[in-house]
Amino acid sequence: MNEVRRYGDHALLVEVADPAGVARTLRAAPPAGVLEVVPAAATVLVVHAPGADVRRLEALLAEVCPTPTDEAAAEVVIAVRYDGDDLHDVAALCDLSVQDVVRRHQAAAYTVAFCGFAPGFAYLRGLDPALVVPRLVTPRVRVPAGSVAVADTWSAVYPRESPGGWRLIGHTDATLWDLGRPSPALLAPGTRVRFVQDAS
Amino acid sequence: MTAPREVLEVVAAGPLALVEDLGRPGWAAVGVGASGAFDRGAHALAQRLVGGDEHAAGVELLGGGFAVRALAPCVVAVTGAEGPLVRERYGAVSEEARRGPMQLDVGDVLRVGAPVRGLRSYLAVRGGLRHGQVLGSASFDTLAGLGPAPLRPGDVLRAGAAGTAYPVVDHAPVRRDQGPLALLAGPRADWFADGTLEALCRGQWTVSVDSDRVGLRLDGPALARREPGRELPSEPLVRGALQVPPDGRPVVMGPDHPTSGGYPVVAVVADNSWDRLAQARPGDRLSFALAHAL
Repeated sequence: MNEVRRYGDHALLVEVADPAGVARTLRAAPPAGVLEVVPAAATVLVVHAPGADVRRLEALLAEVCPTPTDEAAAEVVIAVRYDGDDLHDVAALCDLSVQDVVRRHQAAAYTVAFCGFAPGFAYLRGLDPALVVPRLVTPRVRVPAGSVAVADTWSAVYPRESPGGWRLIGHTDATLWDLGRPSPALLAPGTRVRFVQDAS
Repeated sequence: MTAPREVLEVVAAGPLALVEDLGRPGWAAVGVGASGAFDRGAHALAQRLVGGDEHAAGVELLGGGFAVRALAPCVVAVTGAEGPLVRERYGAVSEEARRGPMQLDVGDVLRVGAPVRGLRSYLAVRGGLRHGQVLGSASFDTLAGLGPAPLRPGDVLRAGAAGTAYPVVDHAPVRRDQGPLALLAGPRADWFADGTLEALCRGQWTVSVDSDRVGLRLDGPALARREPGRELPSEPLVRGALQVPPDGRPVVMGPDHPTSGGYPVVAVVADNSWDRLAQARPGDRLSFALAHAL
């Protein structure tokens, strides 16, 4: 049984172990009256139409199961130059060599858990536990687009220049957010991701 | 399809003039919020006054000091905050009421003055503004930086074909906002001390000066958490959610709110009280009542 909480007039919040997987289930066959499904770190927001049968929806969401990531679906491979301003600090905090930080960051298989903070900013689950570091105490005012970063149990790529408190370990030339694409976000919930060394 | 025609030129933009429609719901999963007109009722009313669809785009004005000059004959309406509305024609000035549609001829200047009540005004043009849509909406999202840039003097506004629909209303009642805002218990009300919702409803809350379309900060008695150090994994946010940072002072999520946040949501402003948040001025006092008790 999932815990289902009311969230204002038009939404319910479901607590689940695999938010992206539950979002996939709800998107594949949207229950009557559901307008939008938004996964986060440990919850899924389900926005419903004004006249929807909320009790029925609550009962259904209490039982909803995740759909596992399609292992056959293509992985997004992101080429990284590991030259971030915080790379040495991350190595020191983790008591690892810089080479080990890079090796471990590339060895992990990531999945987009959810997006937030900015358009196309994806929280990647799967970071090697040895690379877990706290956010910066004082966030940067300006983080360049394409910065590859880690914080807490997450890794991410900044889709565009913005302020930010994550620790920067490298950067990529990949375009994370492009309004010219039918799906502007390169990384959407459930997308599998791998980082490789940019050899260029 | 007829090409959009140039109807108005911005003469003065005031503190912030944004193209807004009813927003772009449906993209929160990739980190894009809905945005859209803050006072949806006032926006929809202005559109109806010019015979338009509420989904059409108009201009949301913060405060006063806004003026446009007509480049072509057009029908406009202004709703929302109460304040002076002036039409200048051949140098002659006439005071207009913000009650109905208004015909502008070439060269006429329409000035929206500083509101005496409320904060945001809505300008609709018959035919609807035609501005570059991003992800299905012409709304400017001030947090994400998506949509047409804030208007500046010299900008030209284009409108679509008027269609055959005639205004369904020609005289609009003025909405008088009073009494408490309706509140629903939030998904994390249980993270707060017993009686917190009641305390929210007993308190007088002052709208802080650092309030904008992203959120309204409320000054008042701090709300105490049950377990102050407990961390909340990042959770989705909705319009009207009262998110409570560690200082205990709630922030009410506006139309350009972030799609997720790491602080617990103690309560949510009910949909029917939502538009009033758009008109709350810094320094205004707000009070709440639980929706089922109203």
